[in-house]
Amino acid sequence: MIENYLMHLMILIGIYIILVQGYNIALGYAGLLNLGHIAFFGIGAYTSAILSKMGVPFFIGFILGGIIAAIFGYFLVYSTRKLKGDYLALATLGFSFVFTSIMLNWKSLTRGPLGIPGIMKPSVFGVIIKSNFEYMIFVWIILLVCLYIMWRIIKSPFGRLMEAVRDDETGLKVLGKNTFAIKYKAMMISAFFGGLAGSLFAHYLSYIDPNTFYLMEIILVLTIVIIGGVASFKGTIIATFIIILIPEFLRLLSIPSSILGPSRQILYSLILLIILIYKPRGIFGRVDLT
Amino acid sequence: MTLTVSKIKKHFGGIHALDNCSLEIPEGKIIAIIGPNGSGKSTLFHTISRLIQKDSGNVTFKGKNISDLETYQIHKQGIARTFQEVRLFKNLTIKDHIAIALSNEDEKLINNILVHPKGDDKQIKDSLSLVGLEKPGETFATDLSYGQRKLLDLAVAIAKPHTLLMLDEPVAGVNPQLRKQIKTILLKLNKDGETIVLIEHDMNFVMDLADYVYVLDEGKVIAKGKPKDIQNNKKVLNAYLGE
Repeated sequence: MIENYLMHLMILIGIYIILVQGYNIALGYAGLLNLGHIAFFGIGAYTSAILSKMGVPFFIGFILGGIIAAIFGYFLVYSTRKLKGDYLALATLGFSFVFTSIMLNWKSLTRGPLGIPGIMKPSVFGVIIKSNFEYMIFVWIILLVCLYIMWRIIKSPFGRLMEAVRDDETGLKVLGKNTFAIKYKAMMISAFFGGLAGSLFAHYLSYIDPNTFYLMEIILVLTIVIIGGVASFKGTIIATFIIILIPEFLRLLSIPSSILGPSRQILYSLILLIILIYKPRGIFGRVDLT
Repeated sequence: MTLTVSKIKKHFGGIHALDNCSLEIPEGKIIAIIGPNGSGKSTLFHTISRLIQKDSGNVTFKGKNISDLETYQIHKQGIARTFQEVRLFKNLTIKDHIAIALSNEDEKLINNILVHPKGDDKQIKDSLSLVGLEKPGETFATDLSYGQRKLLDLAVAIAKPHTLLMLDEPVAGVNPQLRKQIKTILLKLNKDGETIVLIEHDMNFVMDLADYVYVLDEGKVIAKGKPKDIQNNKKVLNAYLGE
């Protein structure tokens, strides 16, 4: 029983590391204050779930989930290319609203508020992953591959360009770099991994509805990045463990379930406040939040 | 002519920052643009590199109209520049700065994931030694003194082959020794065939260095000529002294 619960947590941690590390690429490395990342998570989940229902093999739906999220990432940067800072944040927040709204109202595709039940577990080379243990191994293998690709990107000359566009976009333009292209590529990478995480999430839960990807979820993602440290690869991984695991200790206290949810939010806020006061750059951060 | 600016106009609300401003930059010369504060010098640089959209007029570079190109495309034509305030990437190292300036491959994402191209350390070293910046390549830009940042800024601008170098107040706020060092670097670049346009308030620096001077006031060219002629020009004295 307890093993099953721990495996459940490890699966969630694996999926969230992909989601948050992807977010860190746009926010931390490229400096794009995107509050619509949860929409990419949702796009990946819905794409993969719908394709799976249509009988499309898991891996095709999984990759397409990432690709379609990345395409939306491009359109998000294109449509907000004149915006910066707070204005960009508001516009991207709007993107999340639009996504939830479409998922609620495009009933012929998404079944609206009823959601999509019975999403098949992935099958790898003809073998269906059934148990939590198998799914945990599967998620962590995907996680390692994703982390390796993201690591290569941020340590490459392109990763250096993302950091430069975050630090001084004008200074980079006069060095002959197309900063719009750098930004949309960064957002596409971020959205791609957000989409992959969404696909893994949908196939794990086997049920999704628009509320699963409600925009408030961005607070959790943003909290992890801030605590780990903006543009910190290792910080994001460690902070995901901390933020996913710490609220679980609340279960040990005999708190009524109606209070458990809000207690988690209070705990997240407390952790965030403490970090912002005592370590404004996060645990491993080297970049100012500004 | 390397660069020709024809009748550029730019206004901000009721203020005419540039008013029918025209100038010609001949190849291989050092041209200085001087003028009182707010005369439109930096605005002129920004319009040439299209960081500011002009209202009317044309900019041609080596015979090609570059008025409608994007900022990054203008650099690719061969125009390098610096800013009045040193613009460096605060979370990157000296080596990163030069590598960005030198690289033609860093924007290719797929290539970066698959091949992971490495920078040329020798080229980076050469760029730094050209300006005399002797600091370890791993030093962060924020850990440099103001003078060292000025040198890095210059090294970044000149790292890649280019035809025209535009410098906005290259010796503002630097000590006499560093001013001398920057002057030597610019003279060497010019001797090697570089065309340089600089905005500068330090008259001694301008008089020593420039082949030709344009004087701007209220967005207009009020005088032009050799440094010695400009020194005694009545219009110039009026603009500076407000007579």
